[in-house]
Amino acid sequence: MPADKRLTLAHGSGGEPMQRLLQEQILPLFDNAALAGLEDQARLSLALGPGERLAFTSDSFVVTPLRFPGGNIGSLAATGTLNDLVVGGARPRYLSCALIIEEGLPLALLRELLASLAEEARTAGVQVVTGDTKVVPKGAADGLFINTSGIGVIGAGIDPGTHRLHPDVKLIVSGPVGDHGATILACRRELALSGDLTSDCANLWPLVDKMLSEPGLLAMRDVTRGGLNAVLHEFAAAANLSIEIDEAALPVRPAVRGLCELLGLDPLQLACEGRLLAAVEAGAADRLLQQMRGHPLGEQAAIVGTLVPRRTTPVILRGLYGVERSLPPVSGELLPRIC
Amino acid sequence: MKYVDEFRDPQVVQRMVCEIAATAARLPPRSQPWQLMEVCGGHTHAIFRFGLDRLLPDCVEFVHGPGCPVCVLPESVIDQAVALSQRPDTLLCSYGDAVRVPGTGGSLLDARADGAGVEVVYGPRDALELARRRPASDVVFLAIGFETTAPATALALQTARREGLRNFRVLCHLVLIEPPLRALLSDPELRIDGFLGPGHVSLVTGTRPFDFIPAEYRRPVVISGFEPVDLLQSVWMLLRQLEQDEARVELQYRRAASTAGNRTARAAIDEVFEPAPATEWRGLGALPHSGLRLAPEYRAFDAAELLTCTAPVPAETDPRCGCAKVLSGHMKPPVCPLFGRECTPASPRGPLMVSSEGACAAWYQYRQETADARR
Amino acid sequence: MCLAVPALVISVTDPSRALALSDSGGIRREIDLSCVLGEGPPEMLVGRWVLVHVGVALALISDEEARASLALWAELDDGERQ
Repeated sequence: MPADKRLTLAHGSGGEPMQRLLQEQILPLFDNAALAGLEDQARLSLALGPGERLAFTSDSFVVTPLRFPGGNIGSLAATGTLNDLVVGGARPRYLSCALIIEEGLPLALLRELLASLAEEARTAGVQVVTGDTKVVPKGAADGLFINTSGIGVIGAGIDPGTHRLHPDVKLIVSGPVGDHGATILACRRELALSGDLTSDCANLWPLVDKMLSEPGLLAMRDVTRGGLNAVLHEFAAAANLSIEIDEAALPVRPAVRGLCELLGLDPLQLACEGRLLAAVEAGAADRLLQQMRGHPLGEQAAIVGTLVPRRTTPVILRGLYGVERSLPPVSGELLPRIC
Repeated sequence: MKYVDEFRDPQVVQRMVCEIAATAARLPPRSQPWQLMEVCGGHTHAIFRFGLDRLLPDCVEFVHGPGCPVCVLPESVIDQAVALSQRPDTLLCSYGDAVRVPGTGGSLLDARADGAGVEVVYGPRDALELARRRPASDVVFLAIGFETTAPATALALQTARREGLRNFRVLCHLVLIEPPLRALLSDPELRIDGFLGPGHVSLVTGTRPFDFIPAEYRRPVVISGFEPVDLLQSVWMLLRQLEQDEARVELQYRRAASTAGNRTARAAIDEVFEPAPATEWRGLGALPHSGLRLAPEYRAFDAAELLTCTAPVPAETDPRCGCAKVLSGHMKPPVCPLFGRECTPASPRGPLMVSSEGACAAWYQYRQETADARR
Repeated sequence: MCLAVPALVISVTDPSRALALSDSGGIRREIDLSCVLGEGPPEMLVGRWVLVHVGVALALISDEEARASLALWAELDDGERQ
């Protein structure tokens, strides 16, 4: 199969072209024993120690463009699902990878994207053990969609979750917000913007591995679409509490701020792909913050808010001049404003 | 960001707040608060975003004006845009603000979900670029906005004419700032004591559209920038005029705006557009000579020609809708019987709930916490 | 009603159409300088700050006026301290 080839419907037909695509192009990227058997399922021997639990999650990735500064849909499909495991305190072990390919996608591009996915998995010490390939007619997908599911192991005694939230708990964000969302927006051709923007797309396990041993860590969520705004609302709703946020404490990179000023957007609504929000007992917050800042993935971590007894609105932002305003949940698509 | 951060400095803001309080204390006592109308939706947005209204003394309050092009966009224009987007081989482009506005049969975003060609662009030049790249499609730009936004559309049309781009069209709903202000001020019940003038409209128009306010109605006007320091300085300047019982047009936004405005930009507007006999405003009805349409030499670019049915349907507003009273300073948004119940940003019933710059949407978004509290 | 942002003119990309690359807070975009040209060529505006609305520069920013309007409040503070 020549490298300049494009994928056709035949590659999803189940016949010989599909077998050759898998054998020659895809499987070598994910070389491991569970996959090599090519059964309809991965067969895993996962012995859990006393008190250990399995974590299982799934996510689909439909980003446009497929490649962006700081990553691509392949790396995102790995880190996105890994992070969903990680914020539950789980050490990721296995991933699945299901592809929905629009006919006409260049083979070389598919290989490049899957190589990124494989590389992220390998670096994380995770095996991609099962998968699926479908090719759909032109226009039925946008280049490539990827679904990944993940399995991880939660250590004994580890139980982060929103059920542990209570008033006075502090909230720490692990780094500047909005990098991924701003990068993707700037990639949109019709906006014709460029700038010093890079997606924060990253596997958070190395950071969380350090945090799990800290006392007082109560809950974590990775910040993805909907931005920090969405996670704040999730925390507030789950705990039936309100959250007070200090606007001045929020870490935002200058170029992300620039983009927001230019397009009339709020950095709190922009997606991240390598940030988490941690809830921690007030007395343990400073120590956890120092631990996080000691890791490259948490260098710019900051305490941004506090859980408080329920007020009229779930999330309240204290602005630069000390005036409070409610931070409503994100409504609809992010669109640039002129007014 | 240069020319932004300096004008948000909390220390400077603190100083201004004190000075405003001191000036307000010298004003003659009266039972009603002094009401200052910010004409521009951009000002409304900044006031709520930074909580500037909460920094003013109790005897001074902001009233939110009609200067939000999205809020005043009648449903009929959206319906026309939707109809155009549903034509075969047509791409309807506009600003992000415009595609959300509901028409009678849904918004442009709804139309896109149903398969229509709708694209959000940053400016008209990007729509022009789309027309160049897609010679087989009609690219229609929905042009909304006040005098600030009109030059960009004029420049794009001049370029299209020069290049002979036949597939670029404009659905024009550009409006002027003076007519709605005149309509407001002619209300004998109006209680506004002074006006914060729209700094970015003034970049183009200069101060002329506001001269009638002190001349005919003896109310002071200060043309203001958009950062907290700008707005508070403008409030202070208005209070000083009120203190001295003066009424004139002053410029606060001197780093960019001028009395004369931008003649080149106005020349482009004058070449490409002409005043329309009457233009429909959501909430205000039809106002004579309040909008722009394509001049005869540019009619070939008028997207309205592509429509099979062009008769504009007058906007119908719920009789309980309080928008008119909010606009004239007689009512605060949460007092309206529809506010937050039948009328929300997700399903707006009145114009002021449509865009985040509208007074009601801004209240809903930022003030739910205190919707029933102060004032 | 109109979101306009300060932008620094970086370089002229198309002198015949007065298009230039600008930078606002680290974000670069092509803008139209034709409304702020005056008599000179667009190159004369490289290094100047302009106010941009929907891709068109509508005014040059006067640094002198910007400083003056801030200085007013700096002086006020000094006056209070004296």
